[in-house]
Amino acid sequence: MAQTMVKNSKLVGMNGDEAVAFAAKQANVDAVVAFPITPQTIIVERLSEYIFNGELEAAFIPVESEHSALSACIGAALTGGRVFTATASQGLALMYEILYIASSMRLPIVMALGNRAFSGPINIHCSHDDAYAARDAGWMSFFAENVQEAYDLIFPAFKITENKDVLLPAIVNLDAFILTHSVEGLYVFDDKVIPEFLPQKEPHDAIDFENPKTYGPFALFDYYMEIKRQQEAAMETARPIIKKVLDEYSEFSGRKYSPIKTYMIDDAEAAVMVLGSMAGTMRVFAKKAREAGKKVGVISLTQYRPFPVEELRKVVKGLKAIAVMDRSVSFGSPGAQLYMDVSTALYNMRERPLIYNVVYGLGGRELPIADIEKIFDDVLQVAKDGEVKKEIVWMGLRE
Amino acid sequence: MSKKLKGWREIPIGGIILEPGSSALYKTGSWRAIKPVIDLDKCKGCLICWIHCPEPAIRQITVSGELKVEIDYDYCKGCGICANVCPFKAIDMVPETG
Repeated sequence: MAQTMVKNSKLVGMNGDEAVAFAAKQANVDAVVAFPITPQTIIVERLSEYIFNGELEAAFIPVESEHSALSACIGAALTGGRVFTATASQGLALMYEILYIASSMRLPIVMALGNRAFSGPINIHCSHDDAYAARDAGWMSFFAENVQEAYDLIFPAFKITENKDVLLPAIVNLDAFILTHSVEGLYVFDDKVIPEFLPQKEPHDAIDFENPKTYGPFALFDYYMEIKRQQEAAMETARPIIKKVLDEYSEFSGRKYSPIKTYMIDDAEAAVMVLGSMAGTMRVFAKKAREAGKKVGVISLTQYRPFPVEELRKVVKGLKAIAVMDRSVSFGSPGAQLYMDVSTALYNMRERPLIYNVVYGLGGRELPIADIEKIFDDVLQVAKDGEVKKEIVWMGLRE
Repeated sequence: MSKKLKGWREIPIGGIILEPGSSALYKTGSWRAIKPVIDLDKCKGCLICWIHCPEPAIRQITVSGELKVEIDYDYCKGCGICANVCPFKAIDMVPETG
């Protein structure tokens, strides 16, 4: 994506962790809650420095586990404050129980997730296991493709979660190491312009000692199902709001954001679909394939939950085949997670592309250029044959 | 819980309960399979059952100027602890009928 200089911003060099921490600081968060030890990233370390140095007036609450971290986020959010946390892989796994509680209590919390592989074997590099683990938990989920996007997405994430018609927590995903630990050039705003896009939070149903309420109560067969239905309704309500806020942010930043991104898709016969930092790489090689006369394109998602079903159905029209790339495995399932989402989203279309699943990059494994080129050739072959011979293909794997 | 329950569009979001003390509306007496029945002639008003009842579903009453207890059947779940701890065997657990 072309970066354009906009007023009130400057070009800096930061890694993804620093960029996210800087964005959270500029979002003027009231509380940062985190378990500060591995697999934690530098994000909360930077925030603790901002707070210690007096650059950010916020409560930094270091706790004894990620389970406690997200629990304390719930408490902080109930006071009406703007709440931020960050974690990765095992940390997300330890938060798992509380993910569902935060979303069912409808608390606007933003979490940055440095996508790392789940153990075992122990691994600290990139997979999307953690992002996918959170996909059913009632959190909105966004994927950054580069450090600029990791910085940028924090602001709309807060604005969307805090919208009174949404009130769902949100995860901003950024690929471990590839983004979290890599320095890239990015434009950051002057602190003073941020409130134009993201004003101070207006508390909703915050704890009020004069008007006591019960939060997170017991609800059995009499009310549980209605509360779950409300959560799903909030996801539906969020769709147009996400679109609107991303439009507003595009205007504000001069950088284009939308739920779904396409590249050279209009006259393409086949496409790859991908999440996270690999999207840019696939575009580079799609362009090269185009130069060789191969009609391919790339689809990537900024918005993963709620899944942009209608937008996807629109962009796949005319495609004959899609290779859906997953940086994770769903053992014993019909395919990995994004592949299952895409299959479900497209199934009821009268005319739909053939799709198959490419599993790649697990635990930070590089995808060699030859394999990337082969993915484009393979998906074109599927388009030509009109048949998927193998539904799940592992790339970059030693036989 | 016989009154009509609200639909998902009608209840506060996030399951928040706006009025305190709403657990009193939850009548747990219907859970009971056996019920405690107090023999007031044997009851000495020692209140050991009153202390032990986990609900608490035992109320203090005065009968002819003497301290006694009665069961609040709206909330008593029929656990039988009261009958078990009564030193005077004044509480019988009898099957619910109907």
